[in-house]
Amino acid sequence: MTESLKSPTPIRLRGRSFLAIVLSPELPFSNWLAGLDDLARRSTGFFLGRPIVLDVAGLDLSREALEGLIEELQARNVRIMGIEGARASLLGPGMPPEMRGGRPAGDIEPAEDQAPTEAAAKPPAAAPAAVAAASPASVPQVTTVVPPSPASLLIETPVRSGQSIVFPEGDVTVLGSVASGAEIIAGGSIHIYGALRGRVMAGSVGNPDARIFCRKLEAELLAIDGLYKMADDMDPQLRGQPVQVWLDGDAIKATTLN
Amino acid sequence: MSKVVVVTSGKGGVGKTTSTAALGAALAQTGQNVVVVDFDVGLRNLDLVMGAERRVVYDLINVVQGDAKLAQALIRDKRLETLSLLPASQTRDKDNLTAEGVAKVMGELRKKFDWIICDSPAGIERGATLAMRHADVAVVVTNPEVSSVRDSDRIIGLLDSKTEIAERGGTMEKHLLLTRYDPNRADRGDMLKVDDVLEILSIPLIGIIPESMEVLRASNLGTPVTLSDASCAPAKAYSDAARRLMGETIPMAVPTDRKGLFGKLFGRRAA
Repeated sequence: MTESLKSPTPIRLRGRSFLAIVLSPELPFSNWLAGLDDLARRSTGFFLGRPIVLDVAGLDLSREALEGLIEELQARNVRIMGIEGARASLLGPGMPPEMRGGRPAGDIEPAEDQAPTEAAAKPPAAAPAAVAAASPASVPQVTTVVPPSPASLLIETPVRSGQSIVFPEGDVTVLGSVASGAEIIAGGSIHIYGALRGRVMAGSVGNPDARIFCRKLEAELLAIDGLYKMADDMDPQLRGQPVQVWLDGDAIKATTLN
Repeated sequence: MSKVVVVTSGKGGVGKTTSTAALGAALAQTGQNVVVVDFDVGLRNLDLVMGAERRVVYDLINVVQGDAKLAQALIRDKRLETLSLLPASQTRDKDNLTAEGVAKVMGELRKKFDWIICDSPAGIERGATLAMRHADVAVVVTNPEVSSVRDSDRIIGLLDSKTEIAERGGTMEKHLLLTRYDPNRADRGDMLKVDDVLEILSIPLIGIIPESMEVLRASNLGTPVTLSDASCAPAKAYSDAARRLMGETIPMAVPTDRKGLFGKLFGRRAA
């Protein structure tokens, strides 16, 4: 029994990850800003056109001090897209939004500007590095070290209410149940060997071939490749059943497994 | 070897304080040295349920901040000399609890007592996380209804991530204490059944406390229910739960008060 769970106007909610540069200022700010100026001098335009997050965890800051720091950075053309590790009381209207849930992604090394004489000596078309150095608006080379990651994640415990498992790299398998109020976001397929009562989003990085499998369907929300279904839109006959969910064009389809 | 037990739930009003007092008294009745610690700073209740509200001089915050010695703040129970209370402060708030201060107090309590039972405040903020932080065992108090079950699930997640044991890579021993259970209403489908709750939370059951007027009466009298009337159904259920906590194996039953013929005939209408 294949049930088409077709929605009249599908809205796609897709996840996408970007690599942001995290600045972790240290007190006193004057010394730290001097270090930043030194870096900016050596690598012209390093901060231009890059998403930048300010990490203020562990700093004892007043709201005025944080506002002052953001102004200082803006004066240096460093635009902050979000703030990590700040108390809610520090942030307010007009401030960059709070960011959380970031994962480390290796160090980013700013490319040193070539000596002006060297850059001038070479013809611009021949050396890409010299081109970067000559035009400050272009982005200098960065070397990012991303550790190799396995393409699947196995969770042997139940996923509890309030927990969020985000794994854009591939499939997620849960041996226990996924509780009401828990969520799993996977780049690939999602397999739940217990009851699924929470929210699951498979194929979150734009993979329409991802599927969702569960032993007992009581989900609050199912999504594949950004197309989603709420509990109320699901066929009541599928509730409590072992179910497989996949995407057929722009329709989410579901069927029992036995 | 002393054991630190946290009695927690996430949701308020499910019976954490009542259960702390009843389990503490039941353990103390077996001859073990027990202290019950109130972590609900600013909204303390354990002193009332223990009937010690007029004997509070110093409290947990005084000890944490070094204004009083632990021995000055501990209140020995008048009925059971193996039972003590460390009250919370009513005038301060939870920001006065520091992780280092609580760790120091817990270390001192471990030297003096066999069982340290921490009554956690509701919620998932500072008071609750500090109450569970140093625990060896958790008793998760849950009512048979959906909101309580989901909040308990959230708390179990925190027990597995925000405690010292979890941060060292271990797993905390967790037990489910189902309170305010009414078998008649569960049969009629008004309440979740025991199996439904166990299926969702998937942690071992340590006791089922029946809904009973005795519990409320004992609280208002300032007596843990296990001391006020040891023969009533909730007292027996708490005593069994305490013995299971000590490692004994006792068959699980839903205790009920024995009813006479009239009670049996009219029991359903009264419920």
